[in-house]
Amino acid sequence: MPLRHSKRGWPNNPETEPALFGRFTPCCNGAFVPGLLVAGAIVLWFASFALAALDFPALTGRVVDQAGVMNATSRANVDAKSKELEEKSGIQLVVATVKSLQGGDIETYANQLFRFWKLGEAKKNNGVLLLVAPTEHKVRIEVGYGLEGTLTDALSSVIISSAIVPRFKTGDFSGGIERGVDGIISVLSGDSAEWQRKVNVRTDESSTDFDKLFPLLFFAVLFLVMWYLIRHAGGGPGAGGRRGGVGPIILGSGWGGGFGGGGFSGGGGFDGGGFSGGGGSSGGGGASGGW
Amino acid sequence: MNRIGLHRIGVVLALVGIGLSLSACGYNTIPTLEETAKARWSDVQNQYQRRADLIPNLVATVQGYAAQEKSVLTAVVEARAKATQVKVDASQLTDPDKLKAFQDAQNQLSGALGRLLAVSENYPDLKSNANFLALQSQLEGTENRIAVARRDYIEAVRTYNTALRTFPTVLWAKTAFSGNKPMAEFTATEGAEKPPQVKF
Repeated sequence: MPLRHSKRGWPNNPETEPALFGRFTPCCNGAFVPGLLVAGAIVLWFASFALAALDFPALTGRVVDQAGVMNATSRANVDAKSKELEEKSGIQLVVATVKSLQGGDIETYANQLFRFWKLGEAKKNNGVLLLVAPTEHKVRIEVGYGLEGTLTDALSSVIISSAIVPRFKTGDFSGGIERGVDGIISVLSGDSAEWQRKVNVRTDESSTDFDKLFPLLFFAVLFLVMWYLIRHAGGGPGAGGRRGGVGPIILGSGWGGGFGGGGFSGGGGFDGGGFSGGGGSSGGGGASGGW
Repeated sequence: MNRIGLHRIGVVLALVGIGLSLSACGYNTIPTLEETAKARWSDVQNQYQRRADLIPNLVATVQGYAAQEKSVLTAVVEARAKATQVKVDASQLTDPDKLKAFQDAQNQLSGALGRLLAVSENYPDLKSNANFLALQSQLEGTENRIAVARRDYIEAVRTYNTALRTFPTVLWAKTAFSGNKPMAEFTATEGAEKPPQVKF
């Protein structure tokens, strides 16, 4: 974390600081900071390069009709159905049509697009992507990790072969997509009355209370150890009582500015008005078909 | 007395500072990346296992319609038995030979499966059997999951191996983690990047 580190405001005044600081933290000296920044920038550049191998459309809504094969009515219908599904169950269902798969197969493209958009909630991975590539005559239902048990490969395959492909063959993309979405929603919901029972999403391990308390405990123990050492450094318990207060004051002045630097941002989620992915991922579940 | 006390404070602060700077300077990076790569490997093994679990059912279904294709069926069963025996523990990932043995066994099974599915073409009753269709889509899905898991593993190993060789993590790789070796990637031979298609 070189970038964050450079903001830490490390004490760099050798006259007033103990010599130990300089000796034991070689890569934290000021001279290395530009090097770390450059290294970080290079790593980031490579990371973005790796992601940019495929060119993905922006997630502008629940229906991303890049290929322009759907009519306005069915776009609105699918959008409304998907919205209702998400409000009821938290499942994010997105329909995408793309002009080109850019030379790859639809499985790879769908998986990477799914991960690029981060469909579904981060902990439940409950997203579904219906991807249509009219140019390549391919369609795929890509299912997030969390829904693999409900919307299985076999069921996805049945939806594609019975509801979608026959309509695509006649050029009726809007109808095929609408029926496909109906099929996906009906599998995911079954009877709306049995909503909770039918959809068993596999959740990732959630953080326990201990995980949340651990940082506090860590600092509490650290504080106690320091206090103990400082107190016993003087030798006499009487004198220690007063010096116990010195430690925290030094701590406060030494590190006060340091921890503000990092900060957490992003995290994805359902902000304001726009539609965005919730951080979910997919491991290639679902089925593909062609016509 | 006062001097000693201040000295102790200095030592304690220095220790804390060292601890913080260790984590800040990438001490944690190598173990973290190593664990990630190992986790991705277990995903790969799980998906191959999932495929192996589907095969007895598939063989039984095909047998019901095409019992005379004995040699093909036997080849699949044998290849499956061999493939499930070759396991690569996460600690053996640095050994390219082990990984190659694993890959060879799985490729053998892929080939036998491909022949079985090709033979199934000749049996219209089998092709329209609902159970067979479901198994076929599950197998397709599993092949795709294998492809995804392999891609994720290759990516994780690439990141880990890069960290072992690049600044600043190379400083730790040469000192504290001098025992850490680069992990083996899948060799890209025999169309290994993409498992054989099991489409009809």
